Amino acid sequence: MSGMRIDFELCDGCGLCVDACPFEGVVLEGEYPRFTAACRLCSICIDACPRGALSLETAEEIPADDLDRYRGVMVVAELSGGGMDPVTAELIGEGRRLADDLGEDLSVAVMGWGVEDAALECSRYGPDRVFLIEDPALEFFRPEPYTDALEGLAGEILPSVLLMAGTPVGRSLAPRLAVRLRTGLTADCTSLEVDGDGNLLQTRPAFGGDIMATILTSRHRPQMATVRPRVMPPAPRGEAQAEPERREFRPASTYRSRVLEVRATPSAATVADADVVVAAGRGVRRAEDLEMLRRLANALGGVVGCSRPLVEAGWLPSTMQVGLSGRTVRPRLYIACGVSGAIQHVAGMRGADRIIAINRDENAPIFDVAHYALVGDIYEIIPEVLDLLEERGEAGGI
Amino acid sequence: MIAIEITVLIKQVPLTGEVEVDPETGNLVREGVASQTNPYDLHALEAALQIRERLGGTVTALSMGPPQAEATLREAYSMGADRGILLSDRAFAGADTLATAYTLSRALERIPFDLVLAGMQTTDGDTAQVGPGVAEFFGMPHASYVAEILDVAPGGVRVLVDAGDREAEMLLSTPALLTLTRRANGPRLPSFKLRLATADREVQTWTLADLEGDAGGDIAGQRYFGLDGSPTWVDRIFPPPANPERETWRGDAGELARRLVEALEGWRYL
Ligand SMILES: Cc1cc2nc3c(=O)[nH]c(=O)nc-3n(C[C@H](O)[C@H](O)[C@H](O)COP(=O)(O)OP(=O)(O)OC[C@H]3O[C@@H](n4cnc5c(N)ncnc54)[C@H](O)[C@@H]3O)c2cc1C
Ligand SMILES: Nc1ncnc2c1ncn2[C@@H]1O[C@H](COP(=O)(O)O)[C@@H](O)[C@H]1O
Repeated sequence: MSGMRIDFELCDGCGLCVDACPFEGVVLEGEYPRFTAACRLCSICIDACPRGALSLETAEEIPADDLDRYRGVMVVAELSGGGMDPVTAELIGEGRRLADDLGEDLSVAVMGWGVEDAALECSRYGPDRVFLIEDPALEFFRPEPYTDALEGLAGEILPSVLLMAGTPVGRSLAPRLAVRLRTGLTADCTSLEVDGDGNLLQTRPAFGGDIMATILTSRHRPQMATVRPRVMPPAPRGEAQAEPERREFRPASTYRSRVLEVRATPSAATVADADVVVAAGRGVRRAEDLEMLRRLANALGGVVGCSRPLVEAGWLPSTMQVGLSGRTVRPRLYIACGVSGAIQHVAGMRGADRIIAINRDENAPIFDVAHYALVGDIYEIIPEVLDLLEERGEAGGI
Repeated sequence: MIAIEITVLIKQVPLTGEVEVDPETGNLVREGVASQTNPYDLHALEAALQIRERLGGTVTALSMGPPQAEATLREAYSMGADRGILLSDRAFAGADTLATAYTLSRALERIPFDLVLAGMQTTDGDTAQVGPGVAEFFGMPHASYVAEILDVAPGGVRVLVDAGDREAEMLLSTPALLTLTRRANGPRLPSFKLRLATADREVQTWTLADLEGDAGGDIAGQRYFGLDGSPTWVDRIFPPPANPERETWRGDAGELARRLVEALEGWRYL
């Protein structure tokens, strides 16, 4: 079994490992540290030990997949309403760059029923190959037949990297496929690179805190990752190049799930559509106080978005949440009001053209991404701004 | 009544915003490790309790984690769960979502159930991968992002799936796994009375030995639990990069407001 090892010759019981551990995975017992079941083998304590007394011992070498057989990048197309969803162009753009860095091919997998046009559309974004799997069993998304279909294709093509969308469909399908293929899957990557050995460096926020982690799947293939919509820039649309290649898929005789009906969700505007976003954070003390931000947003022709705690408090609908588990926005103007700038929030708005942040705390991390950092109190500044706008007649009548 | 056996997957997570990286050293800084039950999982537990109240049956709460995760199962007791099982062993440490799903699915083989309910995602991992992974290891159908359980009957369950801009009504035959969104219900608060009443009730701890049994696993020569069973590993952690081109404005509120309005005007928003 893999585990942390302590060299008791070197250890002087200083306890720095205990302080460094974020998980209470190591405790001092008498003079010496002991690892508990809470240890996540994250290795942070190894770096913290001044005497080099700690090490991570890995068990017998795990036989790696035959890595060289896997080549190229495959993108699983996301469709909506039978057509190509915009996130697919973003995945293709990212896939293209990775494939070029690897010096290998980029392919796109399109699955569904009556989706040939969507496959043709995908080929306009520049993949080397497009695979088309059409079957009535794939008419509506169901995890099991989609997993079967992709397993077959991945088994034939043996891609080294497999990218999927971090959408409700992708987040339901990808983990099932990863288990089927017994490989690793990294969710919601915000940056992807390849190293000289063909390993995918998958970077995402981690530990639920303000930390980025780079994650590797170095012994298994394909290296699977999901990317949220609007996180990566889309590939440019051009002339269709690759002719869709059809692939057979033999569905199981029965699947244990059935789609009875699909309908559009009663459509609500989302924060992702707005050109100007005034974002409310926990600096806003009461739901009523959102009104002042609404007036500012109205004057600027924008909407009020928010950080997650405000959605959790029920002050605004989840369609207005900005961030990794909300929407990614790329407005021309983003005014963060009383938002601390947690990494999950920033991941959803750092692409805005112009970012203004108002925060009382001059060390708030939001200022690290802001172009204009206003150190001050929103309860003092915003009313003044509204007064000035009113004088100019801008906020009049609101 | 037709009894429906339900197992709920619940996880203890750190309270968010407690972990930071020291920008100088790159090390994690911790300020206490207060923890809570993953809020999404409370919706799964609530759904299970509501089904039991209507149809009868038992609700088992299953968690993998360190010994202190027992607190989460105690919380489940004080909301009304009948049975709590904690999978805890140093061999489970360092598990990524694949190894976690594997471990949970091995435990499920020892717990009779019609339905498994999970949260839509955790607030620490935030991957939404463990539920579907468990379903695949176990070999049962699943639906993620269930916003409403419309109907439960022996042999099948009908649900409303929230897929963002679309919603779908689906029928799954049981055993099946569902992951629930926060739209599904409003979790009840733990009850003091139940807490007292269940104070003596045991939370079973299952270790590697309890799960290995007939194991050997399905890929020869490979261990599936914990770090050894995890294809992904963290190569490095670092604080997010800062933006060097920034103007900082200080001053009294009136002055800041005036500069802001002037700037907005200059950029032609007004
Ligand atoms: C897996 C995961 C996913 C997440 N996804 C998201 C997500 O998608 N979106 C998201 O936003 N969060 C998300 N979060 C939560 C995130 O980590 C933070 O907890 C959250 O963004 C903090 O919100 P906040 O900035 O509004 O509140 P706080 O962190 O409490 O910050 C409030 C800020 O307001 C300032 N302030 C207070 N009063 C005033 C005043 N009068 N004037 C000016 N400034 C004031 C304070 O100085 C502080 O900086 C996620 C967390 C996890 C673990
Ligand atoms: N260690 C665990 N023990 C029990 N359930 C878990 C565990 N990890 C994840 N889950 C379940 O899987 C869901 C999704 O988790 P995640 O994939 O981490 O976002 C959670 O809401 C839980 O229901």
